[in-house]
Amino acid sequence: MASAAHDVHSHDHHDHHHEESFVSKYIFSQDHKMIGKQFLITAVFMGLVAMLLSILFRIQLAWPGESSDFLNFFLGDQWAPEGVLKEDMYLGLVTIHGTIMVFFLLTGGLSGTFSNILIPLQLGARDMASGFLNMLSYWFFLLSSLIMFLSLFVMNGSVFGIDFPGDWGTVGNGPAMAGWTVYPPLSALPQAVSGSGFGMTLWLISMTIFIAGSLIGSLNYIVTVLNLRTTGMTMTRMPLTIWAFFVTAILGVLSFPVLLSAALLLTMDRMAGTSFYLSDIMVGSEMLTNHGGSPLLFQHLFWFLGHPEVYIVLLPALGLSSEIIATNARKPIFGYKAMIGSILAIGFLSFIVWGHHMFITGMNPFLGSVFVFTTLLIAIPSAVKVFNYITTLWRGSIVYTPAMLFAIALVSTFITGGVTGIILADSALDIAIHDTYFVVAHFHIVMGMSAVFGMFAGVYHWFPKMYGRMMNNRMGYVHFWITIIGAYGVFFPMHFVGLAGAPRRYYDYSVYGEFDTESFNMIMDLNVIITVFAIIAALGQLIFLFNFFYSIYRGPVAPQNPWKSNTLEWTTPVEHIHGNWPGALPVVHRWPYDYSKPGAADDFIPQDVPLAEGEVEH
Amino acid sequence: MENKLIMILIVVIGAIAISQLVRVYELTAKLRKHGEDEIPMRDNYLNSKLMLAFMVFQFGGFIYLMMKYGWTGRGPAASVQGEATDWLLNINFVLVIAIFFLTNFLLFFFSYKYVKKPGVKAYYYPHNNKLEMLWTVVPAAVLAVIIILGLRTWNEVTSASPKDAINIELYSKQFDWTARYSGGDNTLGRTDYKLILGNNELGLMTAATIDSSIMAMRQGAGGILDIKKLLNNRDTVLTDSLTSVLRKDLGSKERLLRLLTQMKSTHNASLDKHVYDDIVQKDTLYLCVNKPYEFSFRSKDVIHSAYFPHFRTQMNTVPGYGTRMKFTPNKTTEEMRTIKNLPTFNYVLMCNKICGGAHYKMKLMVVVLAEAEYNAWMKSKASKNFKATYFPAPAAPAALEAPAKDTVKNAMN
Repeated sequence: MASAAHDVHSHDHHDHHHEESFVSKYIFSQDHKMIGKQFLITAVFMGLVAMLLSILFRIQLAWPGESSDFLNFFLGDQWAPEGVLKEDMYLGLVTIHGTIMVFFLLTGGLSGTFSNILIPLQLGARDMASGFLNMLSYWFFLLSSLIMFLSLFVMNGSVFGIDFPGDWGTVGNGPAMAGWTVYPPLSALPQAVSGSGFGMTLWLISMTIFIAGSLIGSLNYIVTVLNLRTTGMTMTRMPLTIWAFFVTAILGVLSFPVLLSAALLLTMDRMAGTSFYLSDIMVGSEMLTNHGGSPLLFQHLFWFLGHPEVYIVLLPALGLSSEIIATNARKPIFGYKAMIGSILAIGFLSFIVWGHHMFITGMNPFLGSVFVFTTLLIAIPSAVKVFNYITTLWRGSIVYTPAMLFAIALVSTFITGGVTGIILADSALDIAIHDTYFVVAHFHIVMGMSAVFGMFAGVYHWFPKMYGRMMNNRMGYVHFWITIIGAYGVFFPMHFVGLAGAPRRYYDYSVYGEFDTESFNMIMDLNVIITVFAIIAALGQLIFLFNFFYSIYRGPVAPQNPWKSNTLEWTTPVEHIHGNWPGALPVVHRWPYDYSKPGAADDFIPQDVPLAEGEVEH
Repeated sequence: MENKLIMILIVVIGAIAISQLVRVYELTAKLRKHGEDEIPMRDNYLNSKLMLAFMVFQFGGFIYLMMKYGWTGRGPAASVQGEATDWLLNINFVLVIAIFFLTNFLLFFFSYKYVKKPGVKAYYYPHNNKLEMLWTVVPAAVLAVIIILGLRTWNEVTSASPKDAINIELYSKQFDWTARYSGGDNTLGRTDYKLILGNNELGLMTAATIDSSIMAMRQGAGGILDIKKLLNNRDTVLTDSLTSVLRKDLGSKERLLRLLTQMKSTHNASLDKHVYDDIVQKDTLYLCVNKPYEFSFRSKDVIHSAYFPHFRTQMNTVPGYGTRMKFTPNKTTEEMRTIKNLPTFNYVLMCNKICGGAHYKMKLMVVVLAEAEYNAWMKSKASKNFKATYFPAPAAPAALEAPAKDTVKNAMN
C-alpha cells in the first residue's frame, strides 16, 4: 500500500538490518510482535490447563461419586483414588480454573497479546516505547504462569519433592482452595483447608509477579499510545481497538496495585502473625490470638481490583470486535465518538461499583444502595455499545470470516450475560441468588464467553499479521459453531440451576435429595446436560489448536491485506521486520472506518490515503 | 495402566486421522481458485443462515427451559420479605427477557439479512446523534424505574426488625450450624470466642464460664502449666522444632489468659441471666409461622454464609464481626409440602460461602410450625436451657470458684 511502497532507508532506523541471533529473536526478544506471540502461546497453554480442570470438576458434578478413569488419569491416586475426585481437590480445581481463566488467559493472554501486536502497528510506531520493559513484562508473565501451574502439584508442602526454605513449604497439599477470590480467613489458615498451605503461598507469589508484569506492560502501552502515534494519528483517529487497550491499561495501572497490597497484607497475616484480616478465630480446637482485623477489608481491596478487572478482560474484546465488525460488515462502526465515550464511561464507572459483590457480607445496607445505583448506571454505556454494533450491521455487506462470526457472537453473549447483570446488581434480588449458579452463568457468559470469543476473533483476524500465513476458514467455521453451541449449552441451563437455588462451589448436589427431591432431580438432570455440552465444547477447541499450529507452518502465505482493512498494520510487509515499516513511517490522513464511502472506487480507503479533493472526513 | 495406554493411543490415532484429513483438504484447496482471504459466496450464505438458525436454537432453548423449570425452581417464596423479592424479580425478569429477545433478534436478523450480495454496496452511515441519544435516554429511563423499585424493596428487607421480633443467633463453624434461641427474656446472652470450652461450645459468657476457661487455660490438659512442665523438664531432650512450637503455643496461651483475666475483672455478672435461659439447638431450626425473626450471626473459624433459599435471603457469617438479617416465615412446612405436592419437602439453611472440603454438606434443616405446635415444642425445650445443660449439678459453679482465684494469682506471678 501507499507507504509500504515508499522507497528509502531513512537514517533513523538502520537497526533492522542487523542479523539477530536465535535467542534475541525468539526468546529474549524485544520486538513487540514476537512478544505478542509469546503472550499468546503461553496463554493458550494456560487456557488449555484451565479448560481441562473445568472438565475434571464437571465430571464430578454430573456423575458424583462415580469412578472415572479420566479423573484418575489426570489426578492420580492422591486426588482421585479409585477414580473419584476428593472434596478438597474439587475446590482446588475450581480455584485454579478461575484464577487462570481470569488472570492468565483473559488478562495476560488477551490484553497482553493484542495490545502488544496492535498498539505499535495500528498507531504507526516502530515498536513499544520501551522494548526492554516490554520483554520484562512477558517474562514476569511466564514466570507467574509457571508458578501457578506448579502449584497444582504441591504435596506435603513441596513441589515434586523439592523443599523450600523457611516456613514457606512445610504444610499443605494441593493448590489454593479458597476460590479464585481467596477470601481470608479460609485462605489465611492452613488448618482450615489443605490448599491454604504451600499451595496458597505459591498462589500469592505467582499473583505478585503477575501483577508486577502486568503493571510494566500497562505503563508501556499507555506511554506508547500517548507518545508514539505517527503523524496525523490524532486520538480521535485511533482505531477503537487502541482506545480499548488504552483504557484497559489505565484501569490496570490504577487497580492492580490495590490487589497487590491486599495480597501483601494476606501474606503478612499468613507468615508474620499480623491480624489485618483475622479476628477472634478458633480453628477446630486451636484458639488464635488474632484480634481486630476484618475479613471485609480484604473483600473491599480485592473487589476494588476485581470489578475493574472484569472490564480489563472485556474492553479489549469489545475493541477487537469493533474493528472486526466494521471491517467485515464493510461499514464504518456506527457512532465512533459514542463508542469512545462508552469505553471511557465504562472505565470510570468500573471503579465505583465494587461493592455489588458484597451486598450480603454485612456491609451497611445504605452503602449497598449506593452501589446499586452506580452499578446499574454501567448498563447505559453498555446498551449504547450494543445498539451501535447492531446498527453497524444494519444495511452492511457482511462477509463471514471466522473472526466475524466470533465478533457477532460476542455481541450476543454481551447482551445475554449483560441483562442478567441487571438482576444481580439489584441488591434486593441479589440477596436471593447471590453465590448461586445464576451468578456463575451470568459472569461466564458476559465475561468469559464474550472475552474468549473476542480473543478467538482476534486470533483469526490477525493471524495473517502474526504469522504471515492464513488459517483454514472451514475449520474455523466448524470450531465456531461447536464452540458457541457448546458454550450456550453449558451456561444457559446454569441460570435455571441457580434459580432453583443451587449454591456454587458445591462438590456434590446429592445433598438436595435430603430435603427437596424435586430440585434434586432438576439440578442433577441439568448438571449432566451441562457437562456433556462442556465436553463437546472442549473437544471443539482441539480443532482450533490443530488449525492454529498447523497454519503457522503449513497455512497458505498471507496476502498484504487479506481482509481489505483500513488500519495501518496491513501496510507493513507480511514478513516481520524489526521497526515494522521498511521505509518512512506512514502518515495518517483519515479515520480508520472509511468503508463503502460514497464516491470511492473501492469499498475501503486505508488510513494513509490522503483525502481526495473535495472529500470530507466522516 | 491399561486405561492410560488406551487413552494415549486414542489421542495419537485421532491426531494422525486429523492430519491426514487436512492433507486431503489441502490438496483439494490447491485446485480451487480462491485463497483463504476470499470467502466463497456459498460459505457466506451458509453462515448467515446458520446465524438465524442459532437464534432459533437460543430462543427455543430458552423457552423450553422456561416452560420446564420456570424461574422459581425452588418453589414459591416462604416469607413475607421473600414475596416482595419475588414480585420484584418477576418485574425485572419480564423487562430483561424483553430486552434479551429484542436485541438478540435484531442482531441475528441483521446478520442474516445483510450478508454480502453481489452488486450491493454497504450503506455508509457513520453516525446519527438523534438515534444515539434515543438509546442513551431510553435505557436510562428504564434503569431509573428498576433502581427505584429495587431500592424500595432493599430498604424494606434490610430495615430494623420490629420490637417484638424473636431473636435467634445462628452460629457457624466448619461444617455445621448451631442455633441459639434467646429464651423467655428474648435477649441473647453475651459471648466471646475465648470461652469456647467443653459443653460451652458457643462461648457464652457468665462469671462461671469465664472461670472455667481461665482454669482450663492454666491448668487444663495442654494448658500453660503442662507446656511449662514439658519445656522445663531437664530429663527429656526436645527437638528444636518441637521447642519452638511449644514456645509459640505458650506465648499465645499466656496472651489469651491475660485477656481472660481482663474479661473477668470487667465482667458484669448481672447480665448472666440473659445467658442462663438461652436454648442451644442443633440439627433443626424450628420457627413459628407469621412471627418476625431477627437473626444474628457469628462464625467460629472462616466466613460462611447463611443461605435460606426458600425464604429468599442470605447473610454472611464473619469471624470477629457480627452480622444480622430478618425475615418472617409465612408458610408452614406442611403448607409448603402441600403447595409443592412433595410430602418429603423440608426448608433448609445451607452454607453458601466456600468454607473448606465439606462445605457442600454444611446445612441445617428448618421447620416452620403453626403457632400451637411451636409453643408446644418451645415448652419441651424450656427445661433444656443453658443453665440446665451447663450446670447439671447445682454445686458446680461454687466448686469452680476457688481454684480459679489461684489461677489468676499464679498467672500474675
